Amino acid sequence: MTNIRNLIFSSKSYAILLTLFSVATSADWNALNMTQGVTEISKEVYELHMLIFWICVVIGLLVFGVLFYSMYAHTKKKNPIPATFHESTKIELVWTIIPFLILIAMAVPASKTLQNIYDVEAGDINIQVVGYQWHWQYRYLEDDISFFSYLMTDLDEIYNKVPKGENYLQEVDEMVLVPIGKKIRFLITANDVIHSWWIPAFAIKQDAIPGFINTAWTVIDEPGVYRGKCTELCGKNHAFMPIVVKAVEQEEYDLWVSEKRSAAIALAELTEEDWTKEELIERGEALYAKNCAACHQTNGQGLPPIFPSLVGSDIVLNNKDEQIKILMEGVQGSAMASFSYLSEVEMASVITYTRQSWGNAQKGDGEIVIPKDIVEYKQSKI
Amino acid sequence: MSAVVENHHDDHHHGPAKGLKRWLYTTNHKDIGTLYLWFSFAMFLIGGVMALVIRAELFQPGMQIVEPEFYNQMLTLHGLIMVFGAVMPAFVGLANWLVPMMIGAPDMALPRMNNLSFWILPFAFFVLLSSLFMDGGAPNFGWTFYAPLSTTYAPPSTTFFIFSVHIMGASSIMGSINVIVTIMNMRAPGITLMKMPLFVWAWLITAYLLIAVMPVLAGAVTMMLMDIHFGTSFFNAAGGGDPVLFQHIFWFFGHPEVYIMILPAFGIVSHIVETFSRKQLFGYSSMVWAMLSIAILSFVVWAHHMFTVGMPLAAELFFMWATMLIAVPTGVKVFNWVATMFKGSITFEVPMLFACAFIVLFTLGGFSGLMVAIVPADFQYHDTYFVVAHFHYVLVPGSVFSIMAAVYFWIPKWTGNMYDERLGRLHFWLSFIGVNVTFFPQHFIGLAGMPRRYPDYALQFADWNMVSSVGAFLFGFSQILFLFIVLKTVMGGKKATSEVWEGARGLEWTVESPAPYHTFTVPPKIN
Repeated sequence: MTNIRNLIFSSKSYAILLTLFSVATSADWNALNMTQGVTEISKEVYELHMLIFWICVVIGLLVFGVLFYSMYAHTKKKNPIPATFHESTKIELVWTIIPFLILIAMAVPASKTLQNIYDVEAGDINIQVVGYQWHWQYRYLEDDISFFSYLMTDLDEIYNKVPKGENYLQEVDEMVLVPIGKKIRFLITANDVIHSWWIPAFAIKQDAIPGFINTAWTVIDEPGVYRGKCTELCGKNHAFMPIVVKAVEQEEYDLWVSEKRSAAIALAELTEEDWTKEELIERGEALYAKNCAACHQTNGQGLPPIFPSLVGSDIVLNNKDEQIKILMEGVQGSAMASFSYLSEVEMASVITYTRQSWGNAQKGDGEIVIPKDIVEYKQSKI
Repeated sequence: MSAVVENHHDDHHHGPAKGLKRWLYTTNHKDIGTLYLWFSFAMFLIGGVMALVIRAELFQPGMQIVEPEFYNQMLTLHGLIMVFGAVMPAFVGLANWLVPMMIGAPDMALPRMNNLSFWILPFAFFVLLSSLFMDGGAPNFGWTFYAPLSTTYAPPSTTFFIFSVHIMGASSIMGSINVIVTIMNMRAPGITLMKMPLFVWAWLITAYLLIAVMPVLAGAVTMMLMDIHFGTSFFNAAGGGDPVLFQHIFWFFGHPEVYIMILPAFGIVSHIVETFSRKQLFGYSSMVWAMLSIAILSFVVWAHHMFTVGMPLAAELFFMWATMLIAVPTGVKVFNWVATMFKGSITFEVPMLFACAFIVLFTLGGFSGLMVAIVPADFQYHDTYFVVAHFHYVLVPGSVFSIMAAVYFWIPKWTGNMYDERLGRLHFWLSFIGVNVTFFPQHFIGLAGMPRRYPDYALQFADWNMVSSVGAFLFGFSQILFLFIVLKTVMGGKKATSEVWEGARGLEWTVESPAPYHTFTVPPKIN
C-alpha cells in the first residue's frame, strides 16, 4: 500500500506536471488578454478585439468540428468505401458569400473606431515626443517645458546581481505628467532611427520617424501611472527605453508645470555663471552616463568601428572647437547624432568631462569648455 | 492512366557521374532537387540553433547568455536564414523533384541554369554567415532591415548582407524562370492547364510572384547600398529622403513573399489530403481560383505591415479592407480540404498527420491574421509577440509542416524505401506538441504587452516565456530525429511499390520507386 502511494507521489513526471500546473495557476489570467485601458478609445478597441476573437472562435468550432468529425467517423475502418462527390457550385457559393458577409460585419465597427481615432483636433495640451537611441524626450509646447526620460532600472538588476524590482524595465527617472479629462495630443517624431511610442492603456501606438511628425491623442479618465514601451527595433537598447505617463488631477499638474518652469529658468541662469573644472566634470559624468555611455562605453573606449573610442582621440585631446561642432551637429553618415538639445551647461559639462577623463587631460591640451563657449558657437551660426 | 517507356539500353550514358563531380556538374532535376533539400535542411538547423539562442536568453528575465547586440544579430540572421535559406529552397527542391515528374517532362527546361541557381546559394549564405565574424558583427536590424537603422546606423557588414541578398535574389529569379518555362512548355500532351496537379499550379503562381517581387527587393537593397557608400539620401530624412519609403518598398516585396512561402504548401497539402482520404480533391477549380486571387490580392495589401507609420485614414481603410478580403479565398481552401476528407476513407500515415495539423494550425494563424488586419486592434497587436505568434503559426506548422509532410509523402518515391512509420509518428507528435507549446503562449505575452525583438522583458511576462522556451527546445531537438529518419530511409528499409500509397493519384506514382535517374524521356499518354 505505501509502495503504491510512494510511486504515485514521488514519480518524477508528477513533479513536472505540478510545476507546469503551478505556472499555469500562478499566472494572472487577466493579464493574458489585451488591456481594456483607461480611455474611451482603448475600451472601444478592446471591444473590437473581443468581437473578432469570438467570431473566430465560432468559425473555428464549426470548421474544426466538421474536420474532427470526419477524422473520427470517416476513417478507412469505419467507412471503407469513400464517397465520390468532388464539387458543388452551390456549396462553394455559400462558403464564399457567407464569409464575405461576416467580414463586412467586422469591417463596419472597425472602420468606425478607426475614424474616431483619426479625429485629431488640436489638443488642450500638445506634447512633442522625440525618440532617441535609447530614451525619450518630451516637450510641452504650450508651457515651454522639456526633459528627457531614461530607464531607471539598475544594470545590476538586468545582469541578475541583485533581485529585480516590481517595475523592472518599466520605470523611468522622469515621468510624463498629464492632467485627467483633458485632450492631450502627442506629436511623435525621432532624432536618429525609427522608434515607436506605445501605451497599451491608451491604445496609442505611433511610429516615431525621423523627418516625420505623427499625431495621436487621448483623454484619460482615471488618475494613475500608465506604462508603455518602444515597439520598433531601434538598436541594442531597444528593450531598455520604457515610457511612463502619470495622469493626475488638474491642480497637481499645474503645480508641477510651475515647478518645472522655475527649474528651467534657474538652469538658464547657470549659463552665465563662472564654472570651475571640478563642477563641470561632476555634472558631466552623470550626463555622460545617460547620453554617451551606451555607445562610447563608460570607459570611453567605444565599440569600434561603429562607435569610436574617445580615449586618446585627437579631437578630444586637442581640438575643442571640432568637438563642440560634432556634438552640436552630429556626424553625417555615421551613428553620431546631434546633441544640440542639451542645454549650454550640459553640453559644456559633458565635453569637459570627456576631455578630463581616462588620462585625456595629461595627453592633450587639457582645456575645459565652459557654457559661454557653447553660447558663442551658437551665435556664430546665426 | 499512362504508359511509361523505359530505355534501359541507353543506361551507359544516362546514369549519374561518380563522386563529387556528380553534384557539382549535375543538370539532373532530381539531383538538383536533392541538393536544394539538403541545403535547406542544413539552413533549417543553423537558423534553428539561432532561434534556440534567442529562446534560451528569454527563458528568464534579465540578461544571462548573450548581450543585446548579439541577440539582435541572432534574431536578424534567424529570420533571414529561415525565410531565404530554409523555407524557399525547400520548396524549390520539391519543385525540382516533382514538377517534371508530375507533368510528364524529362527534366527542367533549363538544366544548366538550374545548376547555377542552386550553386550560387551556398555562396550567398556563406557571405551572410561570415558577417558574424566581421568587425562590428553581423547585421543586427531585423530581417525587415528598416532604414535608417540598416543604413546610417548599421554595422559595416551590411554591405556583405546586401551582396548576399542580391545573390539569393538572382538564384530565386533563375529558379522561377525555370519553373515557368518548364510548366508552360513541357507538359505531356493532354495535360491542359486546368488538369495540372495543384502543386504544379501552386508553383506556377509562386514563380510569377517571385519574378515580380525579387527585383523590388534588389532595388531596396541597392538603394541602401547607395545611401551607405555613395552619399545618396533615399532613406535619410536629413538629406531630404524618406525612411517610410523604405518600408513601402520592402513590404511591396515582403507581402507577396509571405505567399511565396505558403502557396506551394497549399499544393502539397491538397495532394496529401486527397491521397489519404482516398477521395478526389473537392473543388479543384475553386482551389486554382483561390490561389490566383490570393496571389493577386497579395500585391495590394502590403501596407498592413505598417499601420502605425502614420498613413492617412483613407489608406488605412483601404489596406484593412483589402487584407480582410484575403480571408475569403483562404477560407475556400480550408473548406475544400475539409470537404475532401468528409465521407472519405481516411488513414493517418505520417504525411496525413502533418497535413491535418497543417489545416488546423494554419487556420489558427489565419484567424490571428484576420485579427491583426483590423487596424484599431492592430494598434495594440503591432510589433508585439501576438504578431510573432501569428506569423510563426503560419510559417512553422504551416510552411515547415507542409515541407515535412512532403518529405514523408514522396521520400519512398525518391529513395525506393519506406520510412519508419513508428519513428515518423514520434517525430510528428514531438513536433506538434513542441510547436504549440512554443508559439501558443506567445499570443498571451503579446496581448499582455510584450513587444517583439526584446532581449529582456518585464516580470509579468516571465511565466509564459519560460513555457515557450521549453517548447522551442522540444521542437528543435525533435528535428534531429527527423534527420535520423531521413538518413535511415536513404540507407534502406521496406521497399516501396511504384504506387506507394493506396490512394495515390498523379504521374509521379506511375514510375518505379526509386524513380529512375531519367523519367519520361518519352511523354506519357494521358487519357
